[in-house]
Amino acid sequence: MIEKAMSNIEGQMTIEMHKNTESQAPNSKQTPIDRILNSKQRHFGRFAGFRYVGLWSSACFLVILLVLQLNVGCQRAKAGITVAGSTSVEPFAELLAEEFRFQHPDSHIYVQGGGSTAGIEAVRSHAANIGMSSRTLLPSEKDLYAVTIAKDAIAIIVNPRNPVEDLPLEQIRRVFSGKIKDWSELGGPHHQIVLVNREEGSGTRESFQKFLMGKEEISLDSIVQDSNGAIRQVVSSDPYAVGYISLGLVNAEVRALRISGIEPSLPNIENGKYTLVRPFLFVFDGEPKGEARSFLEFVLNQAGQRLLAQEGLVTVRKSSGP
Amino acid sequence: MMMEIREKIIEKSMLLIALSSIGILALITFFIFEQGLPLIWKIGPKAFILGEKWIPSKGLFGIYPMIVSSFWVTLGALLLGIPLGLACTVFLSEWTPPAVGIVLRPAIHLLAAIPSVIYGFWGLVVFVPLIRNYLGGPGLSILSGSVILGFMILPTIISISEDSLKALPPSYKEGALALGATHWQTIWRVLIPAAKSGVVASVILGMGRAIGETMAMIMVLGNSVKMPASFLDPARTLTTNIGLEMGYASGDHRQALFATGVVLFIIIMLLNSLAIFLSRRRIG
Repeated sequence: MIEKAMSNIEGQMTIEMHKNTESQAPNSKQTPIDRILNSKQRHFGRFAGFRYVGLWSSACFLVILLVLQLNVGCQRAKAGITVAGSTSVEPFAELLAEEFRFQHPDSHIYVQGGGSTAGIEAVRSHAANIGMSSRTLLPSEKDLYAVTIAKDAIAIIVNPRNPVEDLPLEQIRRVFSGKIKDWSELGGPHHQIVLVNREEGSGTRESFQKFLMGKEEISLDSIVQDSNGAIRQVVSSDPYAVGYISLGLVNAEVRALRISGIEPSLPNIENGKYTLVRPFLFVFDGEPKGEARSFLEFVLNQAGQRLLAQEGLVTVRKSSGP
Repeated sequence: MMMEIREKIIEKSMLLIALSSIGILALITFFIFEQGLPLIWKIGPKAFILGEKWIPSKGLFGIYPMIVSSFWVTLGALLLGIPLGLACTVFLSEWTPPAVGIVLRPAIHLLAAIPSVIYGFWGLVVFVPLIRNYLGGPGLSILSGSVILGFMILPTIISISEDSLKALPPSYKEGALALGATHWQTIWRVLIPAAKSGVVASVILGMGRAIGETMAMIMVLGNSVKMPASFLDPARTLTTNIGLEMGYASGDHRQALFATGVVLFIIIMLLNSLAIFLSRRRIG
């Protein structure tokens, strides 16, 4: 008898193979489920151990999950607020939370990603106390309470080896709508343009669509990546790629394009020349209270705003003094 | 008497645990269908499965390009995985000296233990630039996905087909050799055909893994929603569609992702049944 549970290999599917002598047995017509239910003695066969390993490990896993769940439950009950949402705001919120924890050692702030829409949903369902959004609220979300904590520019990035440094807004729109397909049309090398785009629902993509594309659709040919970091990774390794990320996350591996001659820089954003700017919002379900309120106050006061300015964001409140 | 009760308790609790895993499967199935089916009915099964445009913000939910991409990526993975896997299997079971086998077998099992995100990262950093520089295109492509998947399904193919080769009665090999067949003729004409059902089952299991792989594919496929025209084009599979947009989706968009899951579920079920059917038919 050769019978073997393969759950030890993949754990996804269990297929039973029957050969030779087993084939004449009447129970070869049984389904695998029947066999599990009916095979008391056979379990003690040579390979039976595998099944128990599977069972025991899943049982242990469930117990561990349960314990973890209880743990998390305790933490939640103790104190703490959850900040969830846009992956563009997330790294800045992490920094702010770290600083806040330093000043208030007994506070508990948990920062999670997930995306602007998910963050707003989480606030609505009370899974999070504060939602982070990198786009303005939609009409259907206007019942929520939103505070702009900073403004961020979206930079159009290319590989540093790409000779193109400056493009008019209109050209960029034509590139992303797929009408211009080759770098040679823009004064670059003769090679197809590789568009790198964010996924549907991303706040960065929605802001890009709203401020730059207008009514034009972003080409379906584009490659889609699910975070600022992934887009930067692709653009930094492909000399023919063009994408867009939060200006605060531009580093030496990629180059931000000038738009119609205007450098994406803090002065140009503050004086309104660089227009590809979107708000970073903290979203609350109703007036913020308790720890959420003190975190918001911290973010909006001098210390918080100075921290954001250091990271390359445009502050909403002019900070004065050292 | 005490002993008997003890045995009974152990037996029943085992049964309960076993049933609970099936219960979870039932729950998952119910939930996916409950969430996904309303949208399929709303836009029509044909528009959903054969629609070529996926633009959730405009209410267009067509997953045909993703079904096609899943098919091509999986086919590519099998084209690489089957010859490599079979060669490895034959070598392991017929030619490997025991000392080498001691190292080789755990190494192959280790392939299965590498998290898929590592495969994806390796592919993104090492393999994608290679394709871009030597074959053209953006590098993030069906080809890179296929190669990574080809490696990922190797352990599945190798361990299951090796088991089925080893399970053959020794008389097959002895008989063939006694009749004057060379070692290779014995392997190719006798052993592999005799173990065919196991080999086929291993390939189908590998295929199931290939279709289901998500993380590594998000990283190396490029996730474009367009219908791929060649192996060098970026593509999006059914699983990566869910993995990529899940975090952001709400309303119809979210339901459409569950509906994608329904289609995936049905495909996997069909494959699994096919594997069971094929491995039985051989015997009957």
